[in-house]
Amino acid sequence: MADNAGDPDAECRISDGDYVVLKRGDVFKAVQIQKKSKVVFEKQWFHLDNAIGELYGTTFEIAPGGTLQPRKPKHTESTTEAKEAGMDNRHIVDDGKSQKLTREDIETLKEQGLKGQEIVQQLIDNSTTFRDKTEFAQEKYIKKKKKKYESNITVLKPSARILALMYHGREPGKICHLRYDTLAQMLTLGNIHAGSKIIVFETCAGLVLGSVMERMGGYGSVIQMYPGGGPTRAGMESFGFPSHFHDTLHDFPLCKVNALLAGTLDLECKETEASETNGSSEKLSGPAEQPLIGAQGDTEEGNSEPQSMEVSTDPAESTEKEEREKRKELRAQEKKIKMEEKRRRLAAAAALLEGRNADGLVIASRFHPCPVLLELLKFVAPSRPFVVYCQYREALIECYTKLREQGGAISLRLTDSWLRHYQVLPNRTHPVLLMSGGGGYLLSGITVAADVSKPGAPQRPEEPAAKRMKLNKTDSSCTSSS
Amino acid sequence: MSFVEYSEFIRDGDVAIVFLGHDSLMPVKVQSGAQTQTRYGVIRHSTDLIGQRFGSKVTCSKGGWVYVLHPTPELWTVCLPHRTQILYTTDIANITLMLELKPGSVVCESGTGSGSLSHAILRTIAPTGHLHTVEFHAQRAEKAAQEFREHKVSHLVTVKNQDVCKEGFGVTGVADAVFLDIPSPWEAITHAKRALKRKGGRLCSFSPCMEQVQRTCEALLSLGFEELCTMEVLLQTHDVRTVSLPLPDFGPKDGQSETTPNPAPDGTPSAHASVTCRTATPPREIAGHTGYLTFATKPRD
Repeated sequence: MADNAGDPDAECRISDGDYVVLKRGDVFKAVQIQKKSKVVFEKQWFHLDNAIGELYGTTFEIAPGGTLQPRKPKHTESTTEAKEAGMDNRHIVDDGKSQKLTREDIETLKEQGLKGQEIVQQLIDNSTTFRDKTEFAQEKYIKKKKKKYESNITVLKPSARILALMYHGREPGKICHLRYDTLAQMLTLGNIHAGSKIIVFETCAGLVLGSVMERMGGYGSVIQMYPGGGPTRAGMESFGFPSHFHDTLHDFPLCKVNALLAGTLDLECKETEASETNGSSEKLSGPAEQPLIGAQGDTEEGNSEPQSMEVSTDPAESTEKEEREKRKELRAQEKKIKMEEKRRRLAAAAALLEGRNADGLVIASRFHPCPVLLELLKFVAPSRPFVVYCQYREALIECYTKLREQGGAISLRLTDSWLRHYQVLPNRTHPVLLMSGGGGYLLSGITVAADVSKPGAPQRPEEPAAKRMKLNKTDSSCTSSS
Repeated sequence: MSFVEYSEFIRDGDVAIVFLGHDSLMPVKVQSGAQTQTRYGVIRHSTDLIGQRFGSKVTCSKGGWVYVLHPTPELWTVCLPHRTQILYTTDIANITLMLELKPGSVVCESGTGSGSLSHAILRTIAPTGHLHTVEFHAQRAEKAAQEFREHKVSHLVTVKNQDVCKEGFGVTGVADAVFLDIPSPWEAITHAKRALKRKGGRLCSFSPCMEQVQRTCEALLSLGFEELCTMEVLLQTHDVRTVSLPLPDFGPKDGQSETTPNPAPDGTPSAHASVTCRTATPPREIAGHTGYLTFATKPRD
C-alpha cells in the first residue's frame, strides 16, 4: 500500500469516492467525489470527474460545460502592473458612470468564454477612474473583481481545521454556533489523544465527533452518546476516515443510560418484532458475549459472512412463488442479522461504558448540558478532564453550581474566547473590520475520586479550616459548603 | 504514567500533579521513600502516593488534604518550571488545530523554551509522529531533553541545540508542520520551507509584536506560502458567584399618602428589598495580549 507502482504521490491523488473539500476564496464545501454527478458551489455547477487522478491541493478552473481543468501553476498572475496611480481619492466622484461596460456587456464576455482574468482586465481597461485610484485602492479593486469573476476551485483533503471553518462560515446553526477556536479549546482541554477512551455527546452534525476521532488517529475508542433514534454523523463522514477508524467508534442511546447505570440494561429482547424465534436469539447471545469482554475494535465481518452465504443459495429453476418465498425469507433473515448486529453493537458500547473508566468526556449539544453532564460523568474515571460546550452561559453556570454541590470534580473553569483576525500588508496592517461576536462558552474540569472516607455524608464537617478558607478565597465561587 | 498515555495507579518514578487548590498546582517526581512538603503538611511518597489511584485524595501530615492528578500537557503548562516565557493553553489549542496536528504528524519546533508547547504537540502526534525541536540555549535544550525522558516521551522527540536561523532544523522534506517562536522568525522561513514535506504543510509563527508579524508575512509571501492568516485569541474566564442587588425605594405611590404597605413598619428597608442572582463576573484583570499567531500553508513543490 505504501509503495504504489512507483508513484510517490499515490496517496495524495484524488480518487473516485473520496470525501474532499472544495475551496473558493474563503468559502468551503465538503463533497464526495462521484463520477458524473453535478456539484453546485457558489452558484456554479460542475462535475468533479476531471479531478480524479489529480493531486490534492490542485486548483481547477471551471471550463464551459462544467468540466474542471487544472490551472497552470503560475504565481505571477498580477494583472497589468499598475503604472499610473493617484495620490489620494480627492478626484474620485461616485457618479455611477466610471465603468463603461454594462451588465449585458459583461454577460456577453462571459458567454464568449472569456476567462475570469480576462474579464477583470476588461473591467480595468473600461474603468475611467482606475488610473486615479491610489495604488492600494487599485489592488483592492482587482482583488474584489477577481473574487467575483474568477472561478478557481481548489480540491483539498478534509481536516478538522477546514471542516470547522466550513461549518462556522456556512452553517453555524448546524453546529450550535461552535466557533473553530472554541472547538480547538475543547480538543486540547479534553486531552484528546491516541489510545484513550472518550465519550462524546454532540448535536453538531458530527463535527465534534469527527474532530475527536481525528485526534485519536484510529487508536483507542470513542463512544458516541446519542439522543432519539440514531446518531448524527454527516460531519464525521466528511472527514473521510479510513475504515479502521470506524471500528473504534461505538454508539449508545441516551435513553438507555439509566438502565445501564442501574444494571438493568436488557440486551436480549430488543424490540424484536413479531417475537422472532426467541430460541435463536438466546442461542446467539452466547458468542455475542465475547465483544463484551474484548470490546473495542471487534470486527463487523463476523456477521456479514452468513449474509453473503445466504445470498449465494440461489434457486436454479424456480417458480415465481418460490422466489417470492425466498425473497421474503431473505428479507427476514437480513432483518434478523441487522437486529443482531444492532444488539451486538449496543452490547459492545455498554461494555465500554460499564467499566466507568472513560478517559474523557466531551459535550457540545443543543440540550441543557446540566443533566447530560451529571449523568455521563458517572462513566469517567478519576483524574480525567471533561469539557462541556454550550452556546449560552447561564446553562453552564448551572452546571458549575451543581458540580460544586455534588463534588467529584475540581479545577472547574467557565470560559469563552475572543478571536480577532488581522490584515497584514505593508503600511496597511490593522484588525479585520468584522469579527465574530462570540464563539460560545466552555465549562472544563477534572474528575476526582468520590469521597469514600465518610460514605453518606455529602461533605466532611471537619474539613481543615485553612483549606476551606483558601479555597473560598482563591476560587471566587460562592461557598462550596452545602 | 506517561504524558501520552493514561494509567490508573501511581507508580515509583512517575510524575504526579498535586492539586492544592484552584490555580495552585505542584508537580512531584514520585520516588519511593521521598517526601514532599506542602502547605498542608508532608506527603510521604511510599505510603501516600505509590499504589494510589490518580485522582484520589491524599491527607497530608497536618491533616489537610490534596488531590493527586495524572499529568497532562495542560496541567504541566500551569505548573512547569519557567526557564523562558511560555505558551499557554489557549494559544496552544489553536496552534494544534490550525497546524492540523494529529497522531503521526511530524513537527518541527523552535525554540523549545520551557517545553510547554512541546508537551502538547507530543501528546497529539503520539504514538507514530515525531517532534524535532531546536533550541539555541544549550542548558535549556539539555533540561528539556531531561524532562522528556522523565515524562516518558523521549522516543517521540529529537532535541537539537542549534540556532534555527542559521542552521535550520537539521531535517529536510519530512515535516507536516513547523512552529516558530523566535525573535526573528523571518530569518527562519527558508529553513522552515526546507523542513516541510514536498507535498506541502502548515506553518505557524508566534510573535508578540506586530513589526515581527509584518516582516514574517513578507518573508512567507516571497517564499511562496499561501493562505496567510494572522489572528489573536484571548481567553475570558467567568467567575461564578451569587450577587445581591438591593432594590431602591421610590417612596409611596400617588394617593397612598404615608402608609407604606410592603416595607417593614419601622422604616428600615425590608428583607426582600434586594434580589439575589447567580451570575458570572470577569476577573479584575486578564491577559490582554500574548502574541499574534500567523498561519500559512506551504503548497506542493
